[in-house]
Amino acid sequence: MIGEQIIGIVVLALLSVTAITIARLRSLLATAMLSGIFSLLGACWMLVLDAPDVAFTEAAVGAGISTILILATLSVVGPDEKRGDESPLALFVVLVTGGVLVYGTLDMPRYGDPNAPAHRNPVTQAYLYSANPPAEHRGAPPGPDAHEFEPFAVGIPNTVTTVLASFRGYDTMGETAVIFTAGLGVVAILGGARRRRFTPTETDDIPPGDERPEA
Amino acid sequence: MKDHAILRVVTKLLIPYILLYAFYVQWHGDYGPGGGFQAGVIFAAGIILYALIFGLQAAEDAIRPRVVHVGAAAGLLLYLGVGVVALLLGADFLDYDALGEHGQHHGILLVETGVFITVASVMITIFYSFAELVRSD
Repeated sequence: MIGEQIIGIVVLALLSVTAITIARLRSLLATAMLSGIFSLLGACWMLVLDAPDVAFTEAAVGAGISTILILATLSVVGPDEKRGDESPLALFVVLVTGGVLVYGTLDMPRYGDPNAPAHRNPVTQAYLYSANPPAEHRGAPPGPDAHEFEPFAVGIPNTVTTVLASFRGYDTMGETAVIFTAGLGVVAILGGARRRRFTPTETDDIPPGDERPEA
Repeated sequence: MKDHAILRVVTKLLIPYILLYAFYVQWHGDYGPGGGFQAGVIFAAGIILYALIFGLQAAEDAIRPRVVHVGAAAGLLLYLGVGVVALLLGADFLDYDALGEHGQHHGILLVETGVFITVASVMITIFYSFAELVRSD
Protein backbone atom coordinates (compact mmCIF):
# COMPACT_ATOMS: atom_id res chain seq x y z
CA MET A 1 0.00 0.00 0.00
CA ILE A 2 2.79 2.42 0.98
CA GLY A 3 4.74 1.26 -2.06
CA GLU A 4 1.74 2.02 -4.26
CA GLN A 5 1.48 5.51 -2.78
CA ILE A 6 5.17 6.18 -3.38
CA ILE A 7 4.85 5.01 -6.99
CA GLY A 8 1.76 7.21 -7.36
CA ILE A 9 3.54 10.28 -6.02
CA VAL A 10 6.60 9.69 -8.21
CA VAL A 11 4.47 9.20 -11.32
CA LEU A 12 2.38 12.30 -10.58
CA ALA A 13 5.55 14.35 -10.00
CA LEU A 14 6.96 13.16 -13.33
CA LEU A 15 3.61 14.01 -14.98
CA SER A 16 3.80 17.57 -13.64
CA VAL A 17 7.41 17.99 -14.77
CA THR A 18 6.53 16.70 -18.24
CA ALA A 19 3.51 19.00 -18.48
CA ILE A 20 5.51 22.09 -17.48
CA THR A 21 8.29 21.17 -19.90
CA ILE A 22 5.75 20.78 -22.72
CA ALA A 23 4.28 24.20 -21.94
CA ARG A 24 7.72 25.85 -22.07
CA LEU A 25 8.98 24.13 -25.23
CA ARG A 26 8.98 25.77 -28.64
CA SER A 27 10.01 22.76 -30.73
CA LEU A 28 6.87 20.94 -31.82
CA LEU A 29 8.87 17.79 -32.49
CA ALA A 30 10.07 17.63 -28.89
CA THR A 31 6.55 18.50 -27.72
CA ALA A 32 5.12 15.56 -29.65
CA MET A 33 7.64 13.15 -28.13
CA LEU A 34 7.04 14.54 -24.62
CA SER A 35 3.26 14.18 -25.12
CA GLY A 36 3.89 10.51 -25.76
CA ILE A 37 5.89 10.27 -22.55
CA PHE A 38 3.11 12.11 -20.73
CA SER A 39 0.59 9.55 -21.98
CA LEU A 40 2.83 6.67 -20.95
CA LEU A 41 3.19 8.14 -17.46
CA GLY A 42 -0.59 8.63 -17.38
CA ALA A 43 -0.99 4.97 -18.27
CA CYS A 44 1.35 4.01 -15.41
CA TRP A 45 -0.71 6.08 -13.01
CA MET A 46 -3.99 4.50 -14.15
CA LEU A 47 -2.38 1.10 -13.63
CA VAL A 48 -1.54 2.10 -10.06
CA LEU A 49 -5.23 3.04 -9.66
CA ASP A 50 -6.22 -0.52 -10.74
CA ALA A 51 -7.69 0.52 -14.09
CA PRO A 52 -5.73 -1.73 -16.48
CA ASP A 53 -8.23 -1.37 -19.34
CA VAL A 54 -7.97 2.42 -19.33
CA ALA A 55 -4.20 2.24 -18.89
CA PHE A 56 -3.99 -0.09 -21.87
CA THR A 57 -5.97 2.31 -24.06
CA GLU A 58 -3.93 5.29 -22.90
CA ALA A 59 -0.64 3.50 -23.65
CA ALA A 60 -1.75 2.25 -27.06
CA VAL A 61 -3.58 5.38 -28.22
CA GLY A 62 -1.96 8.25 -26.32
CA ALA A 63 1.63 7.09 -26.33
CA GLY A 64 1.53 5.11 -29.54
CA ILE A 65 -0.80 6.08 -32.34
CA SER A 66 -1.45 9.74 -31.52
CA THR A 67 2.28 10.44 -31.22
CA ILE A 68 2.83 8.90 -34.64
CA LEU A 69 -0.08 10.84 -36.14
CA ILE A 70 1.16 14.12 -34.66
CA LEU A 71 4.63 13.40 -36.04
CA ALA A 72 3.08 12.64 -39.43
CA THR A 73 1.27 15.97 -39.27
CA LEU A 74 4.49 17.76 -38.32
CA SER A 75 6.22 16.27 -41.33
CA VAL A 76 3.63 18.17 -43.39
CA VAL A 77 3.42 21.46 -41.51
CA GLY A 78 7.01 21.77 -40.25
CA PRO A 79 8.53 21.18 -36.81
CA ASP A 80 8.65 24.71 -35.38
CA GLU A 81 5.99 26.70 -33.60
CA LYS A 82 5.24 30.07 -35.11
CA ARG A 83 6.08 32.84 -32.68
CA GLY A 84 2.71 34.39 -32.03
CA ASP A 85 1.83 37.21 -29.69
CA GLU A 86 1.67 35.90 -26.15
CA SER A 87 -1.40 37.51 -24.75
CA PRO A 88 -1.75 37.63 -20.95
CA LEU A 89 -5.44 36.96 -21.58
CA ALA A 90 -4.55 33.43 -22.73
CA LEU A 91 -2.72 32.73 -19.48
CA PHE A 92 -5.68 34.12 -17.55
CA VAL A 93 -8.15 31.86 -19.40
CA VAL A 94 -5.96 28.80 -18.83
CA LEU A 95 -5.55 29.57 -15.12
CA VAL A 96 -9.29 30.13 -14.62
CA THR A 97 -10.15 26.92 -16.47
CA GLY A 98 -7.61 24.97 -14.43
CA GLY A 99 -8.93 26.54 -11.23
CA VAL A 100 -12.52 25.58 -12.09
CA LEU A 101 -11.44 22.01 -12.84
CA VAL A 102 -9.60 21.72 -9.51
CA TYR A 103 -12.61 23.23 -7.74
CA GLY A 104 -14.78 20.60 -9.42
CA THR A 105 -12.68 17.77 -8.02
CA LEU A 106 -13.25 18.99 -4.45
CA ASP A 107 -16.77 17.56 -4.56
CA MET A 108 -15.58 14.14 -5.66
CA PRO A 109 -15.50 11.29 -3.15
CA ARG A 110 -12.16 10.18 -1.70
CA TYR A 111 -10.29 7.65 -3.88
CA GLY A 112 -11.42 4.11 -3.03
CA ASP A 113 -14.36 5.29 -0.90
CA PRO A 114 -16.72 2.30 -0.72
CA ASN A 115 -19.65 4.67 -0.13
CA ALA A 116 -18.99 6.65 -3.29
CA PRO A 117 -22.17 7.10 -5.38
CA ALA A 118 -20.57 5.20 -8.25
CA HIS A 119 -20.28 2.13 -6.04
CA ARG A 120 -23.65 2.35 -4.32
CA ASN A 121 -25.70 3.10 -7.41
CA PRO A 122 -28.15 0.27 -8.19
CA VAL A 123 -27.04 0.35 -11.83
CA THR A 124 -23.47 -0.46 -10.74
CA GLN A 125 -24.75 -3.26 -8.53
CA ALA A 126 -26.88 -4.65 -11.36
CA TYR A 127 -24.00 -4.51 -13.85
CA LEU A 128 -21.55 -6.20 -11.52
CA TYR A 129 -24.09 -8.84 -10.58
CA SER A 130 -25.17 -9.54 -14.16
CA ALA A 131 -21.62 -9.62 -15.51
CA ASN A 132 -20.61 -12.43 -13.18
CA PRO A 133 -23.55 -13.77 -11.20
CA PRO A 134 -22.85 -15.99 -8.20
CA ALA A 135 -22.54 -19.67 -9.10
CA GLU A 136 -25.80 -20.65 -7.40
CA HIS A 137 -27.75 -18.18 -9.56
CA ARG A 138 -26.05 -19.13 -12.81
CA GLY A 139 -28.26 -21.08 -15.17
CA ALA A 140 -31.16 -21.04 -12.72
CA PRO A 141 -34.52 -21.34 -14.47
CA PRO A 142 -36.27 -18.00 -14.76
CA GLY A 143 -39.03 -17.84 -12.25
CA PRO A 144 -40.10 -16.06 -9.10
CA ASP A 145 -37.02 -17.41 -7.28
CA ALA A 146 -34.51 -16.35 -9.90
CA HIS A 147 -32.69 -13.13 -9.31
CA GLU A 148 -34.27 -10.26 -11.17
CA PHE A 149 -31.08 -9.66 -13.13
CA GLU A 150 -30.66 -13.27 -14.19
CA PRO A 151 -31.89 -12.80 -17.78
CA PHE A 152 -28.87 -10.59 -18.45
CA ALA A 153 -26.28 -12.90 -16.92
CA VAL A 154 -23.24 -12.91 -19.18
CA GLY A 155 -20.53 -14.75 -17.28
CA ILE A 156 -17.46 -13.25 -18.95
CA PRO A 157 -14.64 -12.68 -16.45
CA ASN A 158 -13.70 -9.19 -17.66
CA THR A 159 -16.52 -7.00 -16.40
CA VAL A 160 -15.26 -4.01 -18.39
CA THR A 161 -15.66 -5.91 -21.65
CA THR A 162 -19.12 -7.07 -20.61
CA VAL A 163 -20.26 -3.57 -19.76
CA LEU A 164 -18.77 -1.98 -22.87
CA ALA A 165 -19.80 -4.56 -25.44
CA SER A 166 -23.06 -5.90 -24.03
CA PHE A 167 -24.77 -3.72 -21.43
CA ARG A 168 -23.70 -0.52 -23.12
CA GLY A 169 -23.47 -1.89 -26.64
CA TYR A 170 -25.20 1.19 -28.04
CA ASP A 171 -22.45 3.43 -26.65
CA THR A 172 -19.68 1.31 -28.12
CA MET A 173 -21.51 1.22 -31.44
CA GLY A 174 -21.63 5.02 -31.35
CA GLU A 175 -17.91 5.19 -30.53
CA THR A 176 -17.10 2.93 -33.44
CA ALA A 177 -19.21 5.18 -35.66
CA VAL A 178 -17.27 8.20 -34.37
CA ILE A 179 -13.95 6.57 -35.26
CA PHE A 180 -15.32 5.65 -38.68
CA THR A 181 -16.45 9.25 -39.17
CA ALA A 182 -13.01 10.52 -38.16
CA GLY A 183 -11.39 8.33 -40.78
CA LEU A 184 -13.96 9.45 -43.32
CA GLY A 185 -13.21 13.09 -42.50
CA VAL A 186 -9.46 12.68 -42.90
CA VAL A 187 -9.89 10.89 -46.23
CA ALA A 188 -12.34 13.53 -47.41
CA ILE A 189 -10.03 16.42 -46.48
CA LEU A 190 -6.69 14.92 -47.48
CA GLY A 191 -8.09 13.02 -50.46
CA GLY A 192 -6.62 9.66 -49.51
CA ALA A 193 -8.21 7.79 -52.39
CA ARG A 194 -7.32 10.25 -55.16
CA ARG A 195 -3.73 10.64 -54.10
CA ARG A 196 -2.95 7.00 -54.68
CA ARG A 197 -0.14 6.45 -57.10
CA PHE A 198 -1.09 5.49 -60.61
CA THR A 199 -0.10 1.98 -61.55
CA PRO A 200 -1.51 0.09 -64.51
CA THR A 201 -3.52 -2.26 -62.29
CA GLU A 202 -5.21 0.60 -60.49
CA THR A 203 -6.11 2.85 -63.39
CA ASP A 204 -9.33 0.90 -63.82
CA ASP A 205 -10.52 2.14 -60.44
CA ILE A 206 -10.26 5.79 -61.32
CA PRO A 207 -13.57 7.33 -62.24
CA PRO A 208 -13.59 9.31 -65.48
CA GLY A 209 -12.74 12.96 -65.11
CA ASP A 210 -10.74 12.25 -61.97
CA GLU A 211 -7.35 11.95 -63.64
CA ARG A 212 -4.46 13.78 -62.18
CA PRO A 213 -1.24 14.63 -63.98
CA GLU A 214 1.54 12.15 -63.23
CA ALA A 215 3.55 13.34 -60.24
CA MET B 1 15.23 4.68 -43.18
CA LYS B 2 16.09 1.89 -45.57
CA ASP B 3 19.81 2.13 -44.84
CA HIS B 4 19.56 1.44 -41.12
CA ALA B 5 20.43 -2.25 -40.92
CA ILE B 6 19.80 -2.52 -37.17
CA LEU B 7 16.38 -0.85 -37.37
CA ARG B 8 15.41 -3.07 -40.28
CA VAL B 9 16.46 -6.29 -38.56
CA VAL B 10 14.91 -5.40 -35.20
CA THR B 11 11.68 -4.26 -36.85
CA LYS B 12 11.47 -7.45 -38.88
CA LEU B 13 11.76 -9.42 -35.64
CA LEU B 14 9.25 -7.26 -33.76
CA ILE B 15 6.41 -6.86 -36.24
CA PRO B 16 5.13 -10.48 -36.17
CA TYR B 17 4.96 -10.33 -32.39
CA ILE B 18 3.22 -6.95 -32.41
CA LEU B 19 0.56 -8.28 -34.77
CA LEU B 20 0.25 -11.51 -32.77
CA TYR B 21 -0.09 -9.49 -29.58
CA ALA B 22 -2.87 -7.47 -31.19
CA PHE B 23 -4.80 -10.68 -31.85
CA TYR B 24 -4.09 -11.88 -28.30
CA VAL B 25 -5.52 -8.64 -26.92
CA GLN B 26 -8.50 -9.05 -29.25
CA TRP B 27 -9.44 -12.64 -28.42
CA HIS B 28 -8.38 -12.50 -24.78
CA GLY B 29 -10.40 -9.35 -24.11
CA ASP B 30 -13.10 -11.44 -22.44
CA TYR B 31 -10.67 -12.60 -19.76
CA GLY B 32 -8.12 -9.83 -19.33
CA PRO B 33 -7.70 -6.15 -20.06
CA GLY B 34 -8.15 -5.17 -23.66
CA GLY B 35 -10.63 -5.55 -26.46
CA GLY B 36 -11.28 -4.56 -30.01
CA PHE B 37 -10.25 -0.93 -29.64
CA GLN B 38 -6.84 -1.57 -28.10
CA ALA B 39 -6.18 -4.51 -30.39
CA GLY B 40 -7.02 -2.45 -33.46
CA VAL B 41 -4.65 0.30 -32.39
CA ILE B 42 -1.83 -2.18 -31.71
CA PHE B 43 -2.37 -3.85 -35.08
CA ALA B 44 -2.31 -0.46 -36.83
CA ALA B 45 0.86 0.45 -34.91
CA GLY B 46 2.55 -2.68 -36.27
CA ILE B 47 1.63 -1.75 -39.85
CA ILE B 48 2.69 1.87 -39.34
CA LEU B 49 6.03 0.72 -37.94
CA TYR B 50 6.47 -1.35 -41.08
CA ALA B 51 5.70 1.69 -43.21
CA LEU B 52 8.14 3.87 -41.24
CA ILE B 53 11.05 1.48 -41.68
CA PHE B 54 10.43 -0.16 -45.06
CA GLY B 55 8.68 2.72 -46.77
CA LEU B 56 5.09 3.65 -47.46
CA GLN B 57 5.17 1.78 -50.76
CA ALA B 58 5.95 -1.55 -49.10
CA ALA B 59 3.20 -1.06 -46.52
CA GLU B 60 0.64 -0.11 -49.17
CA ASP B 61 1.61 -3.19 -51.16
CA ALA B 62 1.05 -5.34 -48.07
CA ILE B 63 -2.22 -3.68 -47.03
CA ARG B 64 -3.81 -1.76 -49.87
CA PRO B 65 -5.41 1.62 -49.12
CA ARG B 66 -8.58 0.30 -50.73
CA VAL B 67 -8.65 -2.62 -48.27
CA VAL B 68 -8.53 -0.34 -45.24
CA HIS B 69 -11.12 2.00 -46.75
CA VAL B 70 -13.51 -0.92 -47.13
CA GLY B 71 -12.46 -2.33 -43.75
CA ALA B 72 -13.39 0.87 -41.92
CA ALA B 73 -16.96 0.55 -43.13
CA ALA B 74 -17.07 -3.25 -42.89
CA GLY B 75 -16.25 -3.28 -39.18
CA LEU B 76 -19.04 -0.86 -38.36
CA LEU B 77 -21.41 -2.84 -40.59
CA LEU B 78 -20.48 -6.04 -38.74
CA TYR B 79 -21.36 -4.33 -35.46
CA LEU B 80 -24.66 -3.07 -36.83
CA GLY B 81 -25.27 -6.45 -38.46
CA VAL B 82 -25.16 -8.23 -35.10
CA GLY B 83 -27.80 -5.80 -33.88
CA VAL B 84 -29.98 -6.34 -36.94
CA VAL B 85 -29.67 -10.14 -36.66
CA ALA B 86 -30.85 -9.88 -33.06
CA LEU B 87 -33.78 -7.79 -34.33
CA LEU B 88 -34.64 -10.39 -36.99
CA LEU B 89 -34.56 -13.13 -34.35
CA GLY B 90 -37.27 -11.29 -32.49
CA ALA B 91 -35.23 -9.63 -29.74
CA ASP B 92 -34.16 -6.04 -29.13
CA PHE B 93 -31.43 -4.38 -31.18
CA LEU B 94 -28.02 -5.66 -29.96
CA ASP B 95 -29.65 -8.11 -27.52
CA TYR B 96 -27.12 -10.92 -27.83
CA ASP B 97 -29.27 -13.35 -25.84
CA ALA B 98 -31.17 -13.94 -29.09
CA LEU B 99 -28.07 -15.45 -30.71
CA GLY B 100 -28.37 -18.77 -28.93
CA GLU B 101 -27.22 -20.48 -25.76
CA HIS B 102 -23.88 -18.66 -25.56
CA GLY B 103 -25.33 -15.66 -27.34
CA GLN B 104 -23.78 -13.07 -25.03
CA HIS B 105 -20.34 -14.55 -25.53
CA HIS B 106 -20.64 -14.81 -29.30
CA GLY B 107 -22.28 -11.41 -29.64
CA ILE B 108 -19.53 -9.69 -27.67
CA LEU B 109 -16.89 -11.51 -29.71
CA LEU B 110 -18.52 -10.41 -32.97
CA VAL B 111 -18.99 -6.76 -32.09
CA GLU B 112 -15.44 -6.60 -30.70
CA THR B 113 -14.23 -7.98 -34.02
CA GLY B 114 -16.17 -5.21 -35.74
CA VAL B 115 -14.56 -2.60 -33.48
CA PHE B 116 -11.14 -4.13 -34.20
CA ILE B 117 -11.59 -3.99 -37.98
CA THR B 118 -12.87 -0.41 -37.96
CA VAL B 119 -10.27 0.95 -35.53
CA ALA B 120 -7.31 -0.73 -37.24
CA SER B 121 -8.53 0.33 -40.69
CA VAL B 122 -9.20 3.94 -39.69
CA MET B 123 -5.81 4.32 -37.96
CA ILE B 124 -4.00 2.92 -40.99
CA THR B 125 -6.12 5.08 -43.31
CA ILE B 126 -5.27 8.24 -41.39
CA PHE B 127 -1.57 7.38 -41.45
CA TYR B 128 -1.66 6.60 -45.18
CA SER B 129 -3.43 9.90 -45.86
CA PHE B 130 -0.76 11.94 -44.09
CA ALA B 131 2.13 9.91 -45.44
CA GLU B 132 0.85 10.25 -49.01
CA LEU B 133 0.54 13.97 -48.49
CA VAL B 134 4.27 14.12 -47.69
CA ARG B 135 5.20 11.87 -50.60
CA SER B 136 3.28 13.89 -53.17
CA ASP B 137 5.09 17.10 -52.20
